[in-house]
Amino acid sequence: MSNSKLARRFVIAVPNIWLILFFMVPFLVVLKISLAEPRIAIPPYSPLWEWVNGSIKFNINFENYAYMWEDSLYLNAYLSSIKIAAIATLLTLLVGYPMAYTIARAPEPRRSILLLLVVLPFWTSFLLRVYAWIGILKTKGILNAVLLWSGIIDEPLIILQTDIAVYIGIVYTYLPFLILPLYANLVKLDDTLLEASRDLGASRISSFFRITLPLSMPGIIAGSMLVFIPVIGEYVIPALLGGPDTLMIGKVLWNEYFSNRDWPVASAVAIVMLIIMLIPIMVLRRAQSKGAEI
Amino acid sequence: MAEELSACERRPWVEATETPFVRIKGITKMFGDLAAVDDVSLDIYRGELFCLLGGSGCGKSTLLRMLAGFETQTSGTIEIDGQDMTGVAANLRPTNMMFQSYALFPHMSVEKNIAYGLLREGVPKGEAMQRTADMLSLVKLDGFAGRKPHQLSGGQQQRVALARSLIKQPKLLLLDEPLGALDKKLREETQFELIRIQEDLGVTFIVVTHDQEEAMTLSTRIGVMDAGKIVQVGEPREIYETPNSKYVADFIGSVNIFDGEVDLAAPDLMRVNTPEGPVMCEPMAGLTARQKLHIAVRPERIQLSRTPIEAANTLQGMVTEVAYMGNLSVYRVQLASGQCLKVTAANGLHEENPITWDEAVHIGWSAAASTVLVQ
Amino acid sequence: MKLRFTPIMALLGYIFLYGPIISLVVYSFNKSKLVTVWGGWSTKWYGELFANEQIMQAAWLSLKIGVISASVATVLGTMMAMVLVRFKRVRGRGIMGGMITGPLVMPDVIIGLSLLLLFVTVSGLLSELRTFEYEMLLSVFGDDVAKTLAQMMRTYFEYFPWPQGRGFSTILIAHITFNMAFVTVVVQSRLSDMDDSIEEAALDLGASPTRVFFDITLPMITPALISGWLLAFTLSLDDLVISSFVSGPGATTLPMVIFSKVRLGVSPDINALASLIVLAVSIGIIISALLMRKKPK
Repeated sequence: MSNSKLARRFVIAVPNIWLILFFMVPFLVVLKISLAEPRIAIPPYSPLWEWVNGSIKFNINFENYAYMWEDSLYLNAYLSSIKIAAIATLLTLLVGYPMAYTIARAPEPRRSILLLLVVLPFWTSFLLRVYAWIGILKTKGILNAVLLWSGIIDEPLIILQTDIAVYIGIVYTYLPFLILPLYANLVKLDDTLLEASRDLGASRISSFFRITLPLSMPGIIAGSMLVFIPVIGEYVIPALLGGPDTLMIGKVLWNEYFSNRDWPVASAVAIVMLIIMLIPIMVLRRAQSKGAEI
Repeated sequence: MAEELSACERRPWVEATETPFVRIKGITKMFGDLAAVDDVSLDIYRGELFCLLGGSGCGKSTLLRMLAGFETQTSGTIEIDGQDMTGVAANLRPTNMMFQSYALFPHMSVEKNIAYGLLREGVPKGEAMQRTADMLSLVKLDGFAGRKPHQLSGGQQQRVALARSLIKQPKLLLLDEPLGALDKKLREETQFELIRIQEDLGVTFIVVTHDQEEAMTLSTRIGVMDAGKIVQVGEPREIYETPNSKYVADFIGSVNIFDGEVDLAAPDLMRVNTPEGPVMCEPMAGLTARQKLHIAVRPERIQLSRTPIEAANTLQGMVTEVAYMGNLSVYRVQLASGQCLKVTAANGLHEENPITWDEAVHIGWSAAASTVLVQ
Repeated sequence: MKLRFTPIMALLGYIFLYGPIISLVVYSFNKSKLVTVWGGWSTKWYGELFANEQIMQAAWLSLKIGVISASVATVLGTMMAMVLVRFKRVRGRGIMGGMITGPLVMPDVIIGLSLLLLFVTVSGLLSELRTFEYEMLLSVFGDDVAKTLAQMMRTYFEYFPWPQGRGFSTILIAHITFNMAFVTVVVQSRLSDMDDSIEEAALDLGASPTRVFFDITLPMITPALISGWLLAFTLSLDDLVISSFVSGPGATTLPMVIFSKVRLGVSPDINALASLIVLAVSIGIIISALLMRKKPK
């Protein structure tokens, strides 16, 4: 085989083998363990097959899935996660769209600076930025201090350890993920289309809703999916900013593994989470192939 | 190289006196269900400056890329200098290509760009640099060796691209719309440069272009392509004066087309009935009565006058437009049937009373000027 | 009206983005531990930060993992990007694209759990194979053959390259895996924007495909490689969830330390750490902005 052909095979093989081994195979393992029973053993679950009296016996049971279905905690957590993710995505869109729009319409060099300013916080630690909100939102925190001092409220607001804090945290951290693809789409929009619309008698607002908004749909979808999908399984933000009532499936999975040491159930939770996420992932792939930039 | 006759002079294609240098046999390229190149066969001789001419999407660039090795044909073979190129990778072929976008390496100097091919061959650095310097002289870019591509004008970049592709003295040079990005004046100058260089070096050129004037100027022979097929191959004069189809007649230069049916074939003349009246042409064998065909008449072969003309074909019409182009004038003459003809006439000195708009005129042309097209 | 409304919303958006960061920095200088009390300017928290062994060690570990995983991920990610964009006649592009999109959108908890389970399973499998009993082969082979084969298997798997236990190497593998996806996306974007006729020209002049990559492609994608590396480095340094799942005793990363501290409430030495990171990032961005200015387009 010529050197070039060999090099080509090598380049194709190495990253793919890595990904198959460390990305695909793990999912199979999760599937396998979701079908096992918890055991007091190392590892703490039953093996898939065992040698019993010289022949193989398979241990497959769907108990974990049945358990999830019966215990309302899991169903509620899934639904709650989807609900929180949807609302948070919407909020992020409301905050992020004007920002993306302003940046896209700005002339250079201002545009690059504005874009840079959006991306800069992303390079600082995500964990630390979420932590910053603890100091702001807690009962004896900055926000309450300012509001009390200025007389706007008499009693401190309880925001930390509620769903509201989680929403704030999500919008805050995921904003760049929405703005970037949306910006990429908006910046390609032809200004002359809007001019034509105005020329034909439409007001600015109606031009926006009839021209800009529909044309920016691919960017909206791409940006929204980049927020919605990961947020469903988010752990850190609900853990730090949310309360015991904040029900998110990421937290549930973490607790199943770290607190309950129930690996099979944790695996089952993960599998169901994956299945739920398949639909928005496919939406994202379609948006990607339609030319939305990630 | 100087003693040898150029391809123009030898004209090996007339009698097939030599073995063709490039043999394209039954080449087809499918993209999905679409045949970009459809069963093309072509023989090109050594030292030719062959142009593939056609509009966008006709398959000429795809064919060129298959010659270079950047696309693999779905079926058919390509032979260069007797060697079958099937399975031979692009970097191993005896061809070099000059890209439409020039494709100069942006991070390398002009010198390094040009020398690149030689260094890959294993030519020692000293010799490579010397040959690079010679080549720079040939394309009249002495002193530009250290510049980077972004520091050059479009015309200069084009010459670097040409130098880079010639320095390896390839058997075959493939040029993809080489003059497309240049302005008109520069294009004309460069066309003659190109011919000069090609004849000096004796390299076989295959040029892809959509510009029929360019093809007519540069080529030893032209291959006109349409929808993946070669429609006609021949010397420029042949293509112009005896196109084999309406497509070719229309593509090259301007032409007036009459649609008609064969009426009568007399020993000296043939008559074709058209909506404008009978048109007399020179006889052509192999036609049946009432066969539908087209007649093509070049604008410069039509006479224009206020007084009646003595000619095999005469018509009357009204001048609807006149365009004064300096050396000639272009007239649009509307006939009784409604069809408009384009007529060009050279402007003599001191035209006292030139023909102008809305004048009734007589036009006429000879039977020999009526080219019969069966397709 | 939209013209007025949008920039104001945008301005509020930027204030929203930067407010918390500014508050972090300001309070890192607050002598008092409480947020509601301003105790005066002090740098004592910075001192406490550097004196904290646990944090310093974790920072060092995170930096090491960051640099190594970013570098390996850049190489693997570039390979993948080349396969997806430049290589012709590659089968399975759809699956490869899916494997790259996966780590980008999948929640960390799932990636973390799945990798952990993989490590545990393979470790378990290996330890079983290392203590392989020849009896299992008796149904197929004779006594001597079974014993030899078993011995061969035990020795082979003794030396099989796989992380022993969990810790540095497992975190590294995990980080390389998800970083690779990000690098691929970045490089892929640059590669598809590039004019590939330049690479074709090099091929045409006689360079082998490998040569073309190193002579032509690599210099032209260098900016993308650098941003890919930086992205991977940042993500690695910032990862909490995946590291928590796949880590082991003795391997505590900086995010893990930070998390355990801030779960208990506000901690000003963490503010100090945050300020230092903000400073480092700002310097980095200013430097790169200056470098971009110098380059001709």
